[in-house]
Amino acid sequence: MPDDIVPTTTAPKPAPLDKKAYKSDQEVRWCPGCGDYSILNAVQQLLAQLGVPRHQLCFVSGIGCSSRFPYYMNTYGLHSIHGRAPAFATAIKTANPELQVWIATGDGDGLSIGGNHMLHLLRRNIDVKVLLFNNQIYGLTKGQYSPTSPPGLKTKTSPMGSVDRAVDPIRFALGCGATFIARTIDTHQKHMLAVLEAAAKHKGTAFVEIFQNCVIFNDGCFDEVIERSVRDDKTVDLIPGKPLVYGKQLDKGIKIDAAEARVVAPAEATSWDPSTRSAAAAFVLSEMAEQPGSPTPIGIFRSIQSPTFDEGMNKQVQAAVAKRGPGKLQDLIWSGDKWDVK
Amino acid sequence: MPQSTSELPLQLIDSVVIRFAGDSGDGMQITGSQFTHTAALFGNDLATFPDFPAEIRAPAGTQPGVSGFQIRFASSDIHTPGDAPDVLVAMNPAALAVNIKDLKPGGIVIVNTGQFGDSDLAKARLTSNPLKDHSLDAYRVIEIDINKRVIEALAGSTLSPKEVQRCKNFYTLGLMYWLYNRDMEPTLKWLAEKFAKEPAMVEANQKALRAGFNAGDIQELFQGRFEVPKCDVLPPGTYRNIMGNQALSMGLVAGAELAGLKIFIGSYPITPASPILESLAGYKQFGVLSMQAEDEIAAVCAAIGGSYAGHLGVTSTSGPGLALKQEGIGLAIAIELPLVIVNVQRGGPSTGLPTKTEQADLLQAIFGRNSEAWLPVIACATPSDSFDCAVEACRIAVQYMTPVILLSDGYIANGSEPWRLPKLEELKSFPARFRTEVENFLPYDRNADLARPWVKPGTVGLEHRVGGLEKAHLTGHISYDAENHEFMVNMRAAKVMKVRDSIPTPKVEGPARGEVLLLGWGSTYGSIWGAQEMLAEQGIEVARMHLRHVWPLPHGLDEIFARYKTVLVPEMNLGQLVRVLRGEFPQRNFVSYPKVQGLPFRVHELVAKVKSLLGR
Repeated sequence: MPDDIVPTTTAPKPAPLDKKAYKSDQEVRWCPGCGDYSILNAVQQLLAQLGVPRHQLCFVSGIGCSSRFPYYMNTYGLHSIHGRAPAFATAIKTANPELQVWIATGDGDGLSIGGNHMLHLLRRNIDVKVLLFNNQIYGLTKGQYSPTSPPGLKTKTSPMGSVDRAVDPIRFALGCGATFIARTIDTHQKHMLAVLEAAAKHKGTAFVEIFQNCVIFNDGCFDEVIERSVRDDKTVDLIPGKPLVYGKQLDKGIKIDAAEARVVAPAEATSWDPSTRSAAAAFVLSEMAEQPGSPTPIGIFRSIQSPTFDEGMNKQVQAAVAKRGPGKLQDLIWSGDKWDVK
Repeated sequence: MPQSTSELPLQLIDSVVIRFAGDSGDGMQITGSQFTHTAALFGNDLATFPDFPAEIRAPAGTQPGVSGFQIRFASSDIHTPGDAPDVLVAMNPAALAVNIKDLKPGGIVIVNTGQFGDSDLAKARLTSNPLKDHSLDAYRVIEIDINKRVIEALAGSTLSPKEVQRCKNFYTLGLMYWLYNRDMEPTLKWLAEKFAKEPAMVEANQKALRAGFNAGDIQELFQGRFEVPKCDVLPPGTYRNIMGNQALSMGLVAGAELAGLKIFIGSYPITPASPILESLAGYKQFGVLSMQAEDEIAAVCAAIGGSYAGHLGVTSTSGPGLALKQEGIGLAIAIELPLVIVNVQRGGPSTGLPTKTEQADLLQAIFGRNSEAWLPVIACATPSDSFDCAVEACRIAVQYMTPVILLSDGYIANGSEPWRLPKLEELKSFPARFRTEVENFLPYDRNADLARPWVKPGTVGLEHRVGGLEKAHLTGHISYDAENHEFMVNMRAAKVMKVRDSIPTPKVEGPARGEVLLLGWGSTYGSIWGAQEMLAEQGIEVARMHLRHVWPLPHGLDEIFARYKTVLVPEMNLGQLVRVLRGEFPQRNFVSYPKVQGLPFRVHELVAKVKSLLGR
């Protein structure tokens, strides 16, 4: 090894930082009123709260409005190509395990062009955090329908209404076997902070869908659920260990039995456990909002422990070194059956 | 040495070409590799050419299911696996039908008559039996019922009749060992190791091998035996036999070590490149992180991520995979990180000929990305040269902070030859430097090679962002400025052209001026050399030169090209290098000699082409 390579482990620990320290010197170029601002704000606040040193953070993104995120963070950042952030992030975390790696992606980047990579990120359980900004529209290309747009949505490429069925990010992540799955809302800072904190502390892939408003091309798409005046009655927060009660007066509950989740009195509500072996209850909840009169679940759908890919890969390297000794170039080249020519 | 008691005359010969051909399930690749292994240990120079179908097991006995392995071994320094076999071993009618046209007139064909029943002929779609219709009259046909002989040899074995038949290839190998006076010991040993857990298999195959060898003595099939003496004209040193993919994989590990880096390889299995990922997955003791990605795109992106994180990113693929990776490679060019992309070329377009060779990805490698996205391209000439080229690809990638495409092809990847093992002190290191100084840090500052600083994320005080959007010179901030864009486009191109300052002008072999310069790149190396030698034997002196660096082209070429009336460029494509050369040296005379048959050039073809050019 050349001796001018300084391992990251010897890096001195810098002083704790406030929120401002995580802001880069770049001008933020999202549209005024965009939901992305509040997500950026929440992430910066959370990192300051947790005291994660800036040099140990790496934000990776693909393409789209949400994917500009790394430029606004005064950390390491890689703005990659459309849909592929999970592949970059997988390698970054595996090759440099001391980094805390975050992915910023959107419904198009993460579930359309990058759907395949998202599947494999989630199933491999890489220790990275995924912020999926879901605004049900393509923003940066100026307003075409996305894979999460509701059927019938009229856009520039669907003038008679989209005939695509929509994918539900939570159910997608459940199907992929993700070990942490949550949903939060751009306008609900307190909730977002709590969910992101749980995500940051999860070891493994933490997948967070964020309802994010696009003021220009799909304004108010979540209003029926998230608008402040209705939010408490239209959402139910999934908090581990707490009963599934909701409503302004906490006057309603959710009971899960068999393959159904229904609205009940608070006393009858199921106590929420996202760490069960089976993901069935989470799946039932993920479909609940489609029943008329049922709330939309937000909060933590799933949180289980499972080995991570990055650790597994590095353990294999350590095991090989322990078993065979550190590889020597001489042994590598001078292997096999040989003969001499004099 | 051989245990033969034969009193038949032993004829010394310089070089022999044998082709083993049989059904995909007949074990011809193993037979060929074992013969190769033995020839190598004996000290012959050799070259091999495996040729097999893309299907794992095409229907038994059919022509598409035929798998072949050609080896040439010699007491002189040889450069190709030979134009035409001296001996063809045909395990069934399909193998005979597919290969007989290649056999030298008067050559020996050894036929397994046990597989020549009516149904076997029908499977091969033959309407008459070649053993009876005089179509083989031009050859010396040796008929032997190997099916039956194996049953006799293994009488009393605990193996099932089907398993007994699977020992046919070792019986055949034994017979060839007898014919060429070879030692059975290396193969006996190999069998013992290979089937260590199945003693019955070891015993049966060893028995079959010995029975085949003894048959040579007992059966009076041949009038004489042959001996190809050791090759003592190779440069002195320690040698081993090596396949291209193997040498290339070892070269990558060596290159990373010489740079003081660990490898992160992201790859997706694809013929004929998969053995590179397989090999590297087995080199974990060198700190190699190997990831079998979900697709070609994820593979290149993961490799770039690995480089971003401070490893040496590597991805290996074949033509269709390279097409998928190109957007990712463009990003690596924009963010200026080292990356080695290995492309083991095969026949195309599309899926094309997965197991056959071609060198038609040159233009894809040099130009195949959106916009002005330049990168260095280098090409392996032979199986053992793949080691040096892999090291060279790593050097350029690290020194210039750039992706590098390393071209191999199916012929090199699966072929083998003796490799003179380099001594460690012969390998020059090129340590990677990671920036740690905070003061005056600019992510897109450049050194004398025009390379930007490499910063490992995790380094305190150097936090910065990179990405695919155009960057401002020095700061790396997003910039849509018109003049900055043009400056950066030129800068990236200039950096790639700067590679020329660290590469040698290739050497001309043969007359320093004259009528014809044979110019090659990639796997045409051996055929061109062979052609030059054959022409010299006929009194025609031509020069030859080989390009390892195909982009950027080395300094000093124009002056060389000017000294020849014609520069003849044989390529296994429709003339891709010629297009590049005509663009760079419009005043010189290039003649393209294309061949796109999924097969390497034969020496005779090149000789005929040169002669026709010279009007002789």
